[in-house]
Amino acid sequence: MTARSRLALAVVAAPPLVFLLAFFVWPVASIVATGLFPSGRFAGGAFRRAVEGGLPGVAWFTLWQAAASTVLTLLVALPGAYVFARYDFPGKRLLRALFAVPFVLPTVVVGTAFLALIGPGGLLGIRLDGTIWAILAAHVFFNVAVVLRTVGGLWSHLDPRLEEAARLLGASRGQVFTRVTLPLLRPALAAAASLVFLFTFTSFGTVLLLGGPGLATLEVEIYRHTTALFDLPLAAVLALVQMAGVTAVLLAYSRYQERRAVEQALRPAIEVARRPGTPAERALVGGTVAGTALLLLGPPAVLVARSLNTGEGWGLGYYRALGRPGRAGALLVDPLRAVGNSVSFALVATAVALVVGLLAAVVIAYHRGRASRWFDTLLMLPLGTSAVTIGFGFLLALDAPVDLRSSWLLIPLAHALVAVPFVVRAVVPVMRAVRTRLREAAAVLGAPPRRVWREVDLPLVSRAAAAGAGFAAAVSLGEFGATAFIARPDTPTLPLAVFRFLGQPGRLNFGRAMAMSVILMVVTAAAVALIDRLRPPGLEEF
Amino acid sequence: MRRLVVPFVVLLTAAGALTTACGGDSAPAGTVRLLTHDSFFISDDARAAFTAATGLRLEVRRAGDAGSMVNQAVLTAGNPVADVLYGVDTTFLSRSLDADLFLPYQSPLLAGLYPGLAADPQHRVTPVDFGDVCLNYDKAAFATIPPPQTLADLADPAYRGLLVVQDPSTSSPGLAFLLATIATFGEEGPYTWKNYWADLRANDVRVAAGWEEAYYGAFSGGAGEGDRPIVVSYASSPPAEVIYADPPVGEAPTAVVTDGCFRQVEFAGILRGTRNESAARALLDFLLSERFQEEVPLTMFVFPALASVELPPEFVAHTRVPTAPLTMDPARIEANRDRWIAEWASIVLR
Repeated sequence: MTARSRLALAVVAAPPLVFLLAFFVWPVASIVATGLFPSGRFAGGAFRRAVEGGLPGVAWFTLWQAAASTVLTLLVALPGAYVFARYDFPGKRLLRALFAVPFVLPTVVVGTAFLALIGPGGLLGIRLDGTIWAILAAHVFFNVAVVLRTVGGLWSHLDPRLEEAARLLGASRGQVFTRVTLPLLRPALAAAASLVFLFTFTSFGTVLLLGGPGLATLEVEIYRHTTALFDLPLAAVLALVQMAGVTAVLLAYSRYQERRAVEQALRPAIEVARRPGTPAERALVGGTVAGTALLLLGPPAVLVARSLNTGEGWGLGYYRALGRPGRAGALLVDPLRAVGNSVSFALVATAVALVVGLLAAVVIAYHRGRASRWFDTLLMLPLGTSAVTIGFGFLLALDAPVDLRSSWLLIPLAHALVAVPFVVRAVVPVMRAVRTRLREAAAVLGAPPRRVWREVDLPLVSRAAAAGAGFAAAVSLGEFGATAFIARPDTPTLPLAVFRFLGQPGRLNFGRAMAMSVILMVVTAAAVALIDRLRPPGLEEF
Repeated sequence: MRRLVVPFVVLLTAAGALTTACGGDSAPAGTVRLLTHDSFFISDDARAAFTAATGLRLEVRRAGDAGSMVNQAVLTAGNPVADVLYGVDTTFLSRSLDADLFLPYQSPLLAGLYPGLAADPQHRVTPVDFGDVCLNYDKAAFATIPPPQTLADLADPAYRGLLVVQDPSTSSPGLAFLLATIATFGEEGPYTWKNYWADLRANDVRVAAGWEEAYYGAFSGGAGEGDRPIVVSYASSPPAEVIYADPPVGEAPTAVVTDGCFRQVEFAGILRGTRNESAARALLDFLLSERFQEEVPLTMFVFPALASVELPPEFVAHTRVPTAPLTMDPARIEANRDRWIAEWASIVLR
């Protein structure tokens, strides 16, 4: 590496690194150190207490339920990703936006919808609440969107001629899939799997709500020990175990990812997708879309129905009641302000996540080696770290030089921390897949490096970045964990507004919580649809 | 790549400017900050009345549930994010006093409060309101059999499979109910609270993670969608069912079992390290004033500590304030809480 390119690397890597150090490493180190060194002395007994308190069992359960959830989510989502990538059909754009909705719904709200389907007296007639199956089903529901978008993003650019060629050479459909398509998709599959794994590894609400009190993940135990029992030494040990587990998985992932990266010629999505022609294809598209829609839109449909089913028959009564002062002469929470706050936070969080994520992706995609792997792992780690750890860490660490502890800015920054991995994961596989030869050809023809990047990489990368940005916005709109633990100023977000209503008895409050959830769904779908449409001018074909 | 660096710098600068403008250290001198839990609520009118009377602007900072809020305050003891803390209850009081969170202040309004609520002779904390955690039942489910009268009734096979409670390690009413059973059955003797919970387990008690899941998910009364007609909730829940009924009702669909209620008093205190102690005192006085006290039943569904405040008619008609609620010394709770929760878990969950 020349001195100049080394300098360029440092300039690109610095902003994401500073962001992570200030808003992740330093806060988390502060809270863990406070836990492990109460009054300055090392609390070694906490490790023993953790083991005696059942840590191995909890860690094992956390690991295997996350692994099982990840595999199930991939299996359920792949047919949908295929159909969305390869076929055009009416309503495709709308469905793509709608399918992102489950990802942001507050767990408590989805939990009650799930219970309406699989709980006592459930509509589906099977009872799964309190079992591992309920947890797995909910995890699949929440995370299918991650696979659909991450894998679908790459799949929709795979050159179909490769598969056609294999078919012509006599390969069966199955052989084409396992020998051609799957290897090409591997980077995106691994990226999606890593995201789903992290999400389910740190699952909190779902486990608490649907698993019943007998089942606990590390995340649940960290929450208990931090907020209720205030056993910070034990919480610190649990947080360390959680982060060590996540780091091990992530390092394995990025090693795999580097070895398996395949350079290929990506094609514009519009060339790849076509209308289903034969009746068999139409049945395939219809069946897959219907099945996925049933799974992803069933629980939201329950919420919509509840929000409209007022005591005086079907109607918009609960929505109107959102803006009506209560008996005390005041609004419990102003719905329009909640929408405004959520949208502003999402804008800031998405902007920060895009800048940090894109710079980081450049480093990871173009500079291989151990340092780059660790950098990648560090970027992903916030997603696999307990929201309680991060929230309490902010409180301890961010009082100097500027006291940020109760600034509204912490909310979008906490969101961005969780959103950055989505941008990175969406962009890196595409960056790596852009053929070096294509870039070299452009350079040979006399294009300066910046121009090569702009005209060869940028069109492809910006499409992937838009997908990542959609996720970042969705993450921010739906985030509840860390937000709830920050001593935040009076700026209720949409999920917090849902909880305000849900926190008080009365049918009207329950109805308003449902109405607020539906508003959250609509805002999310709209935001994701909007970002999907945003493309750099002149790059329509991608 | 420089194209990306420039917006980043711009963004950071803008963020810095906004921080200086909107938060952080730069709160104007005429502002007093209140750290509280997510259930806190104040009407815009009351807020305006406070500003009109004192010239101070009130800034509210919510920090999760009561336990999470207290623990955040303990972590920042001496270097607080606010001037006054409101919402520490009986179960977490000792922890906050042990951490030396508060400056003593004896409000001139103390004399008007109900006797027996105050818990600290040094006046580091002042009672603001109280609530009773009580069993609620679905009236419709008890048309043929009588509703339970006492905690002991719930161990009777006649009430098998009817009760849902909250996990005391994740829920404040859940912890209050556990304390109620300990106060009722005791730790010694032939039938302790542990025997009682073993009987409840044999009687198919269901455990939910939090109040929302229990009340809306498992309970059958009111807005609940579940199949359990008895739930751990508050003495104020039946009036709330009337006030937030849809369509309006003349009678509450739920009722309270007045035996075995546990009283939670909520306190406020001036945080040590406050930047403006006199403003903090003015805010604490305001929390005890008639203007604020008269709205707490309808905004937070708790009972005012100020004795002269009249309760809203729904509270008079649809609930009964337990005459002899159970209480427990905060120091005893602090000394035993973790052990009790662990023992409870080994009896009920394992």
